[in-house]
Amino acid sequence: MSSPAPTNYDKTEVPRSGPKRTGEWPLFEVFIRGQHGLSHRHVGSLHAPDAEMAIKNARDVYTRRNEGVSIWVVEAEAIHASAPGDREALYDPSNDKVYRHPTFFDVPDEVGHM
Amino acid sequence: MSEALVQTLLRLGDNTLVLGHRVSEWCGKAPVLEEDIALANTALDLIGQTQMWLGYAAEVEGAGRSADDLAMLRDVWDFRNILMVERPNLDFGHTIMRQFLFDAWHRDLLGALTLSSDPRVAEIAAKAVKEATYHLDRSAETVIALGDGTEESHTRMQTALDLLWPYTGEMFHADATDAQMVAEGIAPDPAGLRAAWLARVTATMAEATLALPQDDFAHKGGRTGKQHTEHLGHLLTQMQWLQRAYPGAQW
Repeated sequence: MSSPAPTNYDKTEVPRSGPKRTGEWPLFEVFIRGQHGLSHRHVGSLHAPDAEMAIKNARDVYTRRNEGVSIWVVEAEAIHASAPGDREALYDPSNDKVYRHPTFFDVPDEVGHM
Repeated sequence: MSEALVQTLLRLGDNTLVLGHRVSEWCGKAPVLEEDIALANTALDLIGQTQMWLGYAAEVEGAGRSADDLAMLRDVWDFRNILMVERPNLDFGHTIMRQFLFDAWHRDLLGALTLSSDPRVAEIAAKAVKEATYHLDRSAETVIALGDGTEESHTRMQTALDLLWPYTGEMFHADATDAQMVAEGIAPDPAGLRAAWLARVTATMAEATLALPQDDFAHKGGRTGKQHTEHLGHLLTQMQWLQRAYPGAQW
Protein backbone atom coordinates (compact mmCIF):
# COMPACT_ATOMS: atom_id res chain seq x y z
CA MET A 1 0.00 0.00 0.00
CA SER A 2 1.33 3.38 -0.89
CA SER A 3 2.10 5.92 1.74
CA PRO A 4 -0.58 8.57 2.17
CA ALA A 5 2.06 11.21 2.74
CA PRO A 6 4.21 12.40 -0.13
CA THR A 7 7.87 11.55 0.29
CA ASN A 8 10.91 12.41 -1.77
CA TYR A 9 12.25 9.65 -3.95
CA ASP A 10 15.88 9.50 -3.06
CA LYS A 11 16.73 7.28 -6.03
CA THR A 12 15.29 9.58 -8.66
CA GLU A 13 17.47 12.19 -10.27
CA VAL A 14 16.19 15.67 -9.78
CA PRO A 15 15.68 17.35 -13.17
CA ARG A 16 18.32 19.96 -13.75
CA SER A 17 16.90 23.42 -13.56
CA GLY A 18 17.66 25.62 -16.53
CA PRO A 19 15.92 28.12 -18.71
CA LYS A 20 12.41 26.90 -19.39
CA ARG A 21 12.05 25.51 -22.89
CA THR A 22 8.53 25.82 -24.09
CA GLY A 23 9.25 24.84 -27.68
CA GLU A 24 6.74 27.49 -28.66
CA TRP A 25 7.18 30.69 -30.56
CA PRO A 26 5.74 33.78 -28.86
CA LEU A 27 2.11 34.59 -29.44
CA PHE A 28 1.24 37.63 -31.54
CA GLU A 29 -2.11 39.35 -31.78
CA VAL A 30 -2.99 40.37 -35.32
CA PHE A 31 -4.80 43.54 -36.37
CA ILE A 32 -5.84 44.18 -39.95
CA ARG A 33 -7.07 47.31 -41.68
CA GLY A 34 -9.77 46.20 -44.07
CA GLN A 35 -9.66 49.25 -46.30
CA HIS A 36 -8.34 52.76 -46.25
CA GLY A 37 -10.21 54.95 -43.80
CA LEU A 38 -11.10 52.13 -41.44
CA SER A 39 -9.17 51.40 -38.29
CA HIS A 40 -7.20 48.22 -37.68
CA ARG A 41 -9.36 45.48 -36.20
CA HIS A 42 -8.30 42.53 -34.13
CA VAL A 43 -8.73 39.40 -36.25
CA GLY A 44 -6.97 36.72 -34.22
CA SER A 45 -3.59 35.53 -33.12
CA LEU A 46 -0.72 33.35 -34.29
CA HIS A 47 2.74 32.15 -33.33
CA ALA A 48 5.95 33.39 -34.94
CA PRO A 49 9.65 33.56 -34.05
CA ASP A 50 9.79 37.35 -34.48
CA ALA A 51 7.69 40.33 -35.54
CA GLU A 52 8.82 40.27 -39.15
CA MET A 53 7.81 36.63 -39.55
CA ALA A 54 4.60 37.33 -37.64
CA ILE A 55 3.62 39.85 -40.33
CA LYS A 56 4.38 37.30 -43.04
CA ASN A 57 2.40 34.63 -41.21
CA ALA A 58 -0.47 37.08 -40.70
CA ARG A 59 -0.41 37.80 -44.42
CA ASP A 60 -0.74 34.09 -45.14
CA VAL A 61 -3.22 33.20 -42.40
CA TYR A 62 -5.51 36.24 -42.35
CA THR A 63 -5.37 38.03 -45.71
CA ARG A 64 -5.78 35.12 -48.13
CA ARG A 65 -9.18 36.33 -49.22
CA ASN A 66 -8.28 39.92 -49.83
CA GLU A 67 -9.19 41.06 -46.32
CA GLY A 68 -6.68 43.79 -45.80
CA VAL A 69 -4.44 46.64 -46.85
CA SER A 70 -2.37 46.89 -43.67
CA ILE A 71 -1.27 44.55 -40.89
CA TRP A 72 -0.25 45.24 -37.30
CA VAL A 73 1.17 42.55 -35.06
CA VAL A 74 1.67 42.97 -31.33
CA GLU A 75 3.28 40.47 -28.99
CA ALA A 76 0.42 39.27 -26.85
CA GLU A 77 2.61 39.72 -23.77
CA ALA A 78 2.79 43.45 -24.45
CA ILE A 79 -0.96 43.93 -24.19
CA HIS A 80 -2.32 45.14 -20.86
CA ALA A 81 -5.95 44.34 -20.25
CA SER A 82 -8.53 45.48 -17.74
CA ALA A 83 -9.36 42.90 -15.11
CA PRO A 84 -12.71 41.10 -15.57
CA GLY A 85 -13.30 41.45 -11.81
CA ASP A 86 -13.35 45.23 -12.12
CA ARG A 87 -16.20 45.14 -14.58
CA GLU A 88 -18.84 46.63 -12.29
CA ALA A 89 -16.69 49.48 -11.05
CA LEU A 90 -15.46 50.33 -14.51
CA TYR A 91 -18.52 50.06 -16.69
CA ASP A 92 -21.73 50.01 -14.69
CA PRO A 93 -21.66 53.71 -13.70
CA SER A 94 -22.18 54.79 -17.29
CA ASN A 95 -25.26 52.58 -17.69
CA ASP A 96 -27.68 54.94 -15.96
CA LYS A 97 -26.40 58.12 -17.62
CA VAL A 98 -28.39 57.88 -20.79
CA TYR A 99 -27.72 61.53 -21.63
CA ARG A 100 -24.19 60.45 -22.49
CA HIS A 101 -25.33 57.84 -24.98
CA PRO A 102 -25.31 59.03 -28.57
CA THR A 103 -28.72 57.54 -29.26
CA PHE A 104 -30.66 60.78 -29.72
CA PHE A 105 -29.19 61.69 -33.07
CA ASP A 106 -30.18 60.46 -36.50
CA VAL A 107 -26.99 59.71 -38.38
CA PRO A 108 -27.46 60.22 -42.13
CA ASP A 109 -26.59 57.14 -44.18
CA GLU A 110 -24.12 59.13 -46.28
CA VAL A 111 -21.86 59.51 -43.25
CA GLY A 112 -20.91 55.88 -43.52
CA HIS A 113 -18.51 54.56 -40.89
CA MET A 114 -18.24 56.69 -37.78
CA MET B 1 2.60 27.14 -84.18
CA SER B 2 6.04 27.70 -82.78
CA GLU B 3 7.52 24.48 -81.40
CA ALA B 4 10.16 26.43 -79.47
CA LEU B 5 7.52 28.61 -77.81
CA VAL B 6 5.47 25.57 -76.80
CA GLN B 7 8.57 23.97 -75.30
CA THR B 8 9.40 27.15 -73.41
CA LEU B 9 5.87 27.45 -72.03
CA LEU B 10 5.92 23.79 -70.99
CA ARG B 11 9.21 24.38 -69.18
CA LEU B 12 7.69 27.30 -67.28
CA GLY B 13 4.40 25.54 -66.53
CA ASP B 14 5.90 22.17 -65.63
CA ASN B 15 8.29 23.78 -63.14
CA THR B 16 5.42 25.43 -61.29
CA LEU B 17 3.16 22.37 -61.61
CA VAL B 18 5.65 19.87 -60.22
CA LEU B 19 6.98 22.16 -57.50
CA GLY B 20 3.43 23.21 -56.62
CA HIS B 21 2.48 19.57 -56.19
CA ARG B 22 5.55 18.84 -54.08
CA VAL B 23 4.88 21.81 -51.79
CA SER B 24 1.22 20.82 -51.49
CA GLU B 25 2.36 17.48 -50.04
CA TRP B 26 3.02 19.39 -46.79
CA CYS B 27 -0.62 20.38 -46.49
CA GLY B 28 -1.93 19.23 -43.13
CA LYS B 29 1.42 18.07 -41.77
CA ALA B 30 3.83 21.00 -41.76
CA PRO B 31 5.74 21.58 -38.51
CA VAL B 32 3.48 24.41 -37.36
CA LEU B 33 0.06 25.68 -38.36
CA GLU B 34 1.38 28.98 -39.72
CA GLU B 35 3.91 27.23 -41.99
CA ASP B 36 1.25 24.80 -43.12
CA ILE B 37 -0.97 27.60 -44.36
CA ALA B 38 1.94 29.52 -45.87
CA LEU B 39 3.17 26.46 -47.78
CA ALA B 40 -0.34 25.72 -49.03
CA ASN B 41 -0.60 29.32 -50.23
CA THR B 42 2.70 28.99 -52.07
CA ALA B 43 1.56 25.73 -53.66
CA LEU B 44 -1.69 27.36 -54.80
CA ASP B 45 0.20 30.32 -56.27
CA LEU B 46 2.36 27.92 -58.25
CA ILE B 47 -0.61 25.88 -59.48
CA GLY B 48 -2.30 29.13 -60.50
CA GLN B 49 0.73 30.09 -62.55
CA THR B 50 0.67 26.60 -64.07
CA GLN B 51 -2.87 27.16 -65.32
CA MET B 52 -1.74 30.28 -67.15
CA TRP B 53 1.46 28.83 -68.63
CA LEU B 54 -0.03 25.49 -69.68
CA GLY B 55 -3.21 27.20 -70.85
CA TYR B 56 -1.17 29.34 -73.20
CA ALA B 57 1.00 26.36 -74.21
CA ALA B 58 -2.13 24.46 -75.20
CA GLU B 59 -3.39 27.43 -77.24
CA VAL B 60 -0.10 27.86 -79.08
CA GLU B 61 0.12 24.12 -79.69
CA GLY B 62 -3.34 24.21 -81.28
CA ALA B 63 -3.88 20.46 -80.96
CA GLY B 64 -7.19 20.76 -79.10
CA ARG B 65 -5.64 20.02 -75.72
CA SER B 66 -6.36 22.00 -72.56
CA ALA B 67 -4.12 22.96 -69.62
CA ASP B 68 -5.76 20.10 -67.70
CA ASP B 69 -4.91 17.62 -70.47
CA LEU B 70 -1.30 18.75 -70.42
CA ALA B 71 -1.08 18.47 -66.64
CA MET B 72 -2.98 15.24 -66.10
CA LEU B 73 -2.51 13.16 -69.25
CA ARG B 74 1.16 13.50 -70.18
CA ASP B 75 3.68 10.95 -68.99
CA VAL B 76 7.13 11.45 -67.51
CA TRP B 77 9.03 11.85 -70.77
CA ASP B 78 6.79 14.71 -71.90
CA PHE B 79 7.48 16.83 -68.81
CA ARG B 80 9.94 19.71 -69.15
CA ASN B 81 10.53 20.75 -65.53
CA ILE B 82 14.01 20.98 -64.05
CA LEU B 83 15.08 17.99 -61.97
CA MET B 84 15.36 19.99 -58.75
CA VAL B 85 11.60 20.54 -58.40
CA GLU B 86 10.73 16.85 -58.71
CA ARG B 87 13.03 15.84 -55.87
CA PRO B 88 11.12 14.47 -52.87
CA ASN B 89 10.56 16.90 -50.02
CA LEU B 90 12.68 14.92 -47.53
CA ASP B 91 12.59 17.10 -44.39
CA PHE B 92 11.22 20.61 -43.91
CA GLY B 93 14.71 22.11 -44.26
CA HIS B 94 15.24 20.46 -47.64
CA THR B 95 11.85 21.71 -48.80
CA ILE B 96 12.61 25.29 -47.77
CA MET B 97 16.14 25.22 -49.20
CA ARG B 98 14.81 23.97 -52.54
CA GLN B 99 12.15 26.66 -52.44
CA PHE B 100 14.73 29.37 -51.84
CA LEU B 101 17.10 28.17 -54.59
CA PHE B 102 14.11 28.04 -56.94
CA ASP B 103 12.53 31.35 -55.86
CA ALA B 104 15.78 33.31 -56.23
CA TRP B 105 15.98 32.15 -59.85
CA HIS B 106 12.24 32.19 -60.58
CA ARG B 107 11.76 35.79 -59.43
CA ASP B 108 14.49 37.06 -61.76
CA LEU B 109 13.31 34.88 -64.63
CA LEU B 110 9.75 36.20 -64.30
CA GLY B 111 11.08 39.75 -63.98
CA ALA B 112 12.87 39.33 -67.31
CA LEU B 113 9.79 37.72 -68.88
CA THR B 114 7.69 40.81 -68.08
CA LEU B 115 9.71 42.45 -70.90
CA SER B 116 8.88 39.66 -73.35
CA SER B 117 8.02 40.55 -76.95
CA ASP B 118 5.08 38.14 -76.60
CA PRO B 119 2.35 40.13 -74.81
CA ARG B 120 0.71 37.04 -73.28
CA VAL B 121 4.01 35.91 -71.79
CA ALA B 122 4.63 39.41 -70.43
CA GLU B 123 1.16 39.54 -68.86
CA ILE B 124 1.45 36.15 -67.16
CA ALA B 125 4.92 37.02 -65.87
CA ALA B 126 3.72 40.39 -64.52
CA LYS B 127 1.09 38.62 -62.43
CA ALA B 128 3.41 35.81 -61.31
CA VAL B 129 6.40 37.96 -60.40
CA LYS B 130 4.49 39.54 -57.49
CA GLU B 131 3.83 36.11 -56.02
CA ALA B 132 7.42 35.00 -56.62
CA THR B 133 8.74 38.11 -54.86
CA TYR B 134 6.81 37.18 -51.74
CA HIS B 135 7.86 33.52 -51.99
CA LEU B 136 11.50 34.59 -52.15
CA ASP B 137 11.12 36.96 -49.19
CA ARG B 138 9.67 34.20 -47.12
CA SER B 139 11.94 31.32 -48.12
CA ALA B 140 15.09 33.47 -47.75
CA GLU B 141 14.10 34.51 -44.25
CA THR B 142 13.38 30.93 -43.25
CA VAL B 143 16.66 29.66 -44.72
CA ILE B 144 18.53 32.27 -42.64
CA ALA B 145 16.56 31.46 -39.49
CA LEU B 146 17.17 27.71 -39.80
CA GLY B 147 20.75 27.94 -41.06
CA ASP B 148 21.72 30.34 -38.30
CA GLY B 149 19.54 28.50 -35.80
CA THR B 150 20.28 25.51 -33.61
CA GLU B 151 23.02 22.96 -34.28
CA GLU B 152 20.35 20.55 -35.49
CA SER B 153 18.71 22.98 -37.90
CA HIS B 154 22.08 24.23 -39.16
CA THR B 155 23.22 20.69 -39.95
CA ARG B 156 20.00 19.87 -41.75
CA MET B 157 20.17 23.05 -43.86
CA GLN B 158 23.79 22.42 -44.80
CA THR B 159 22.90 18.84 -45.79
CA ALA B 160 19.99 20.14 -47.86
CA LEU B 161 22.19 22.70 -49.62
CA ASP B 162 24.83 20.06 -50.40
CA LEU B 163 22.16 17.69 -51.74
CA LEU B 164 20.45 20.31 -53.88
CA TRP B 165 23.48 22.13 -55.24
CA PRO B 166 24.12 19.72 -58.16
CA TYR B 167 20.54 20.36 -59.29
CA THR B 168 20.86 24.15 -59.53
CA GLY B 169 23.06 24.20 -62.64
CA GLU B 170 20.22 23.06 -64.87
CA MET B 171 18.40 26.37 -64.36
CA PHE B 172 21.11 28.15 -66.34
CA HIS B 173 21.70 25.57 -69.04
CA ALA B 174 20.75 26.93 -72.47
CA ASP B 175 19.97 24.97 -75.64
CA ALA B 176 18.74 25.68 -79.18
CA THR B 177 15.19 26.33 -77.94
CA ASP B 178 16.47 29.04 -75.62
CA ALA B 179 18.59 30.55 -78.39
CA GLN B 180 15.49 30.87 -80.58
CA MET B 181 13.51 32.48 -77.73
CA VAL B 182 16.31 34.98 -77.16
CA ALA B 183 16.45 35.78 -80.88
CA GLU B 184 12.71 36.44 -80.93
CA GLY B 185 12.88 38.50 -77.74
CA ILE B 186 10.40 36.18 -76.02
CA ALA B 187 12.53 34.87 -73.15
CA PRO B 188 15.89 35.75 -71.60
CA ASP B 189 19.06 33.68 -71.99
CA PRO B 190 19.09 31.27 -69.00
CA ALA B 191 22.86 31.63 -68.65
CA GLY B 192 22.44 35.40 -68.22
CA LEU B 193 20.45 34.89 -65.01
CA ARG B 194 23.26 33.07 -63.22
CA ALA B 195 25.37 35.99 -61.93
CA ALA B 196 22.51 37.73 -60.11
CA TRP B 197 21.23 34.41 -58.74
CA LEU B 198 24.65 33.42 -57.44
CA ALA B 199 25.12 36.82 -55.80
CA ARG B 200 21.76 36.52 -54.06
CA VAL B 201 22.37 32.93 -52.95
CA THR B 202 25.91 33.73 -51.76
CA ALA B 203 24.67 36.65 -49.65
CA THR B 204 21.81 34.67 -48.13
CA MET B 205 23.99 31.64 -47.33
CA ALA B 206 26.55 33.90 -45.66
CA GLU B 207 23.79 35.28 -43.43
CA ALA B 208 22.58 31.75 -42.80
CA THR B 209 26.15 30.69 -41.85
CA LEU B 210 26.02 27.96 -44.50
CA ALA B 211 28.94 26.99 -46.74
CA LEU B 212 28.37 27.19 -50.48
CA PRO B 213 29.46 23.95 -52.21
CA GLN B 214 32.34 24.55 -54.60
CA ASP B 215 31.47 21.82 -57.09
CA ASP B 216 29.99 22.93 -60.42
CA PHE B 217 28.75 19.51 -61.50
CA ALA B 218 25.15 19.77 -62.69
CA HIS B 219 22.52 17.10 -63.23
CA LYS B 220 20.66 17.75 -66.47
CA GLY B 221 17.88 16.24 -68.52
CA GLY B 222 14.69 17.60 -66.95
CA ARG B 223 14.00 20.69 -69.03
CA THR B 224 14.93 18.84 -72.23
CA GLY B 225 12.85 15.83 -71.17
CA LYS B 226 15.80 13.57 -71.93
CA GLN B 227 16.11 11.97 -68.51
CA HIS B 228 14.00 12.71 -65.45
CA THR B 229 14.77 11.24 -62.04
CA GLU B 230 12.76 8.23 -60.89
CA HIS B 231 10.88 10.51 -58.50
CA LEU B 232 8.79 12.22 -61.17
CA GLY B 233 6.96 9.03 -62.11
CA HIS B 234 5.98 8.43 -58.50
CA LEU B 235 4.77 12.01 -58.22
CA LEU B 236 2.65 11.67 -61.35
CA THR B 237 0.97 8.48 -60.16
CA GLN B 238 -0.29 10.49 -57.18
CA MET B 239 -1.15 13.63 -59.11
CA GLN B 240 -2.76 11.98 -62.11
CA TRP B 241 -4.38 8.88 -60.67
CA LEU B 242 -7.92 10.23 -60.76
CA GLN B 243 -7.81 11.14 -64.46
CA ARG B 244 -6.06 7.85 -65.17
CA ALA B 245 -8.59 5.78 -63.21
CA TYR B 246 -11.67 7.71 -64.36
CA PRO B 247 -10.79 9.25 -67.73
CA GLY B 248 -12.63 12.51 -68.36
CA ALA B 249 -13.99 12.71 -64.81
CA GLN B 250 -15.25 16.18 -63.93
CA TRP B 251 -16.65 17.85 -60.85
